Amino acid sequence: MDRQMAGCRSQGVRIRRQEEQKSGVEENYFRSSDLRKRAAPGMDEAPYYRTGITVGSPNTEPVIIVENLTARYGDVTILEDVSFEVRRGERLMILGGSGCGKSTLLKHMIGLLKPYSGRILINGIDIAQADGEALHRVRREIGVLFQADALFGSMSLAENVALPLVEYTGLPPELIREIVRMKLGLVHLAGYENHMPAELSGGMRKRAGLARAMSLDPTFLFFDEPWAGLDPVTAAELDILIRSLNEGIGTTMVFVTQELASIFSLAERAIMLHKDTKGIIARGTPADLREKSTDPRVLHFFNRQAD
Amino acid sequence: MEATGYRLSVEGKMGEGATIRLAGRLSLNDLQPLMADLQAIPGRMKPLRLSVDLAGVEYMDSAGALALIELENLAGSLSIPFDLLNVSGKNHGLLGLIDREALRRPPLRPESVRPSVVENLGELARRQVRDFFEIMSFVGDLVMALAWSLAHPRSVRWEEVRFYMKRAGADGLPIVALISLLLGLIMAFMSSLQLKQFGANIYVANLVTLAMVRELGPIMTAILVAGRSGSAFAAEIGTMVVNDEVNALVTMGFDPIRFLAVPKVLAAMAVVPILTVYADLFAILGGLIVGITGLDLTFFTYVQQTKASIRIFDLATSMIKAVVFAMLIAGIGCQRGFQVKGGAEGVGMSTTSAVVSAIFLIILADSAFAIMLHYIRQ
Repeated sequence: MDRQMAGCRSQGVRIRRQEEQKSGVEENYFRSSDLRKRAAPGMDEAPYYRTGITVGSPNTEPVIIVENLTARYGDVTILEDVSFEVRRGERLMILGGSGCGKSTLLKHMIGLLKPYSGRILINGIDIAQADGEALHRVRREIGVLFQADALFGSMSLAENVALPLVEYTGLPPELIREIVRMKLGLVHLAGYENHMPAELSGGMRKRAGLARAMSLDPTFLFFDEPWAGLDPVTAAELDILIRSLNEGIGTTMVFVTQELASIFSLAERAIMLHKDTKGIIARGTPADLREKSTDPRVLHFFNRQAD
Repeated sequence: MEATGYRLSVEGKMGEGATIRLAGRLSLNDLQPLMADLQAIPGRMKPLRLSVDLAGVEYMDSAGALALIELENLAGSLSIPFDLLNVSGKNHGLLGLIDREALRRPPLRPESVRPSVVENLGELARRQVRDFFEIMSFVGDLVMALAWSLAHPRSVRWEEVRFYMKRAGADGLPIVALISLLLGLIMAFMSSLQLKQFGANIYVANLVTLAMVRELGPIMTAILVAGRSGSAFAAEIGTMVVNDEVNALVTMGFDPIRFLAVPKVLAAMAVVPILTVYADLFAILGGLIVGITGLDLTFFTYVQQTKASIRIFDLATSMIKAVVFAMLIAGIGCQRGFQVKGGAEGVGMSTTSAVVSAIFLIILADSAFAIMLHYIRQ
C-alpha cells in the first residue's frame, strides 16, 4: 500500500515542482507523503494542510440547505424541525448515538426518503419535489458511499465503476475504460479492474465503493459510516484518501458517523443529533464541541462515556 | 452541472512552439470532443514545444484533468516538451491526485475470456458430479436429522413447523384449487368431445377421477408447491448463508439442518398431501360442472360414477406420492439454499435451481412410482 501510494504520486509531484520553478507558485499544495507522515500518528491533532483552496471556509456559499425537516416512519417521529446547511467544498459530519436519526437524515438528503414536512435544497433544487430532468440533474451531482459498500457482487470492479458512466455519458468504451483506470488509481486500486468485489478486503471494497461514487465527478459525496468494520490503519488511510480528494477536487462531503478518531481527523464542522430532542443538540468544530460544550450528552459522546 | 462547454484556441506556427489556450469548463460532459481536439493538435502542428494555458478555465473535473494528462502522454511519446501554464491551486491539487502510472498499468488479472466448448463441458460435468455428492451428503444429513427429530419430538421447533404449514399449505390453497378446478374442466371438456360420439358420456367422471387421483393431482400440486415454497425456502436459507446467519447458528451450537431444514420438510410433508386431496376434489368439481352443464349428467350419477371408479389403493398411493414429493421439494429447496455462494446473484441462482431440480426430481420419482405401482397392482 505504501509503495503503491508513493509510486503513484511521484509523477504528480514532479510536475508540480517543474511548475513551481517556472511560475514561482507558492507551496499551495499538499504532498501525499507529507500527509501520510503527519496524519497517521495521533489523529486528534487534526493537521491542516495548505492547499491553496479555501476548502469549507465559512465564506463559501451554502449548497445544501435543510429547512425545518421533520421525518417520520408511520406514527414515529425520528427528526423534528431540523435545519442546517452545508457549504461548498466543506466536510460536514452528522454525529450522534445509535438510533438518533443520522441515517434517516442522510437518506432524506440523498432523496431516498421523502420528508414528512420541510424541504431539502441541493443546489437550489428541492430534492423531494424534483422530478424528471431536475431530479436527474441532482442525482448526477450526488455520489453515495454506503455503509456496506453496496458494490454489485456480480460485476467486476471495472464494471461497477463504469456502470454510471455507461448509463449517463454515452462515451466510447475505450474512454470509459481509461476513466475507470483513473478512478481506481485515485483510490489506490490500480490494476484491480478485473477483480470481483468478493475477492477484496473490506478496506479495498470501501475504496472501490468510493471510486464508483465518484465516477461521474459528483459535486457532493455522502458517506454513511464509511469507517464501520475497518481496522484503525485502514480507517486512517481512508481518512487521508478522503481528505486528499476533498482538497484536490473540492467535492462537498457529508458524513454520517460515530467514529471519534475520524471525526477529529476530518471534520471541519459537525452537527450532533440526539434521539431525545429528535433534533440538533450541538453544532461547531469537533474541537469546540469537545472542549466548549456544556451539554453532558455532547461531552459523553466526545469523551466516550456512558450516559 | 450545466454544460457550458470549453473554448480552445491554439497559438503558434507549424514546426514552432505552440500554446493551447483553454477556457470554460473542462468536464466529463465534454470529454470526448475535448480529447479529440487536444489529441489532434500535436500531429497537426508538429510543434517544437507544447504549452497548455489554463488561465481561462473556470471548472475542471477529473475527466478534464485526464484529457490534459493524455495530451501530455501523447506529447511525451512524440518527444515534444510539454508544460502547463497558469494552473490554479485547485487544479494543481486535482492533477496531482491522478495516478499517471495507473493509467498505463496492466490489470493484475486478465479480463476473463469466454471458455471454449470443451472447457464448458468439462466444467459442467465437474459441477454435476460435485452437485451429486453434495446432494447425497445433504440427504444423509437430512435423514439423520429427521430420524433424530422423530426420536426427540420435543426438540422440533413446532412453532416454525406451523408457520411453514400455513405458508406452504393454507396460503397456497387458493392457487392450487383454481388450477385444479380449471384442469378438471379442461379434461372433462376435451374428453367429452370424444366420448360423446360413443355415447360414453358417463366415463368422463372416470377419466377425470383416475387421471387426477393417480397422476395429475400429486404432480400438479407438487409443481405448484415447488414454485411457491421450494423457491422461498432456497431464497430464505440462501440469504441467511450470505448474511452469516447460518454461521451464527453453528457457533451457537445449533445444527443448521435440524434448525432450518427439518421444520420446513416436516411442514411440507404435512401439507402437500392435504393440498393434493383438495386438488383432486376441485378437479372432480370441474369435471362435475362440465358433466352437468354439457353432458346432461345428474349430480348424483356423476358422484356415484366417481366413487365407483376409484379405489382406496389409488388414494393411498396418491398420498404416499405426495409425501415423497413434499420431501423432495423441501429437501432440495433447503439444500440449494445452503449451497449459496457469493451474494445476491448466488441467491437468485440457487432459487432457480431449487425449482428446476425439484420439478425434475418430482417427474423422476413419479416415473419410478408408475413402474412400481404397475407391478404392485398386478
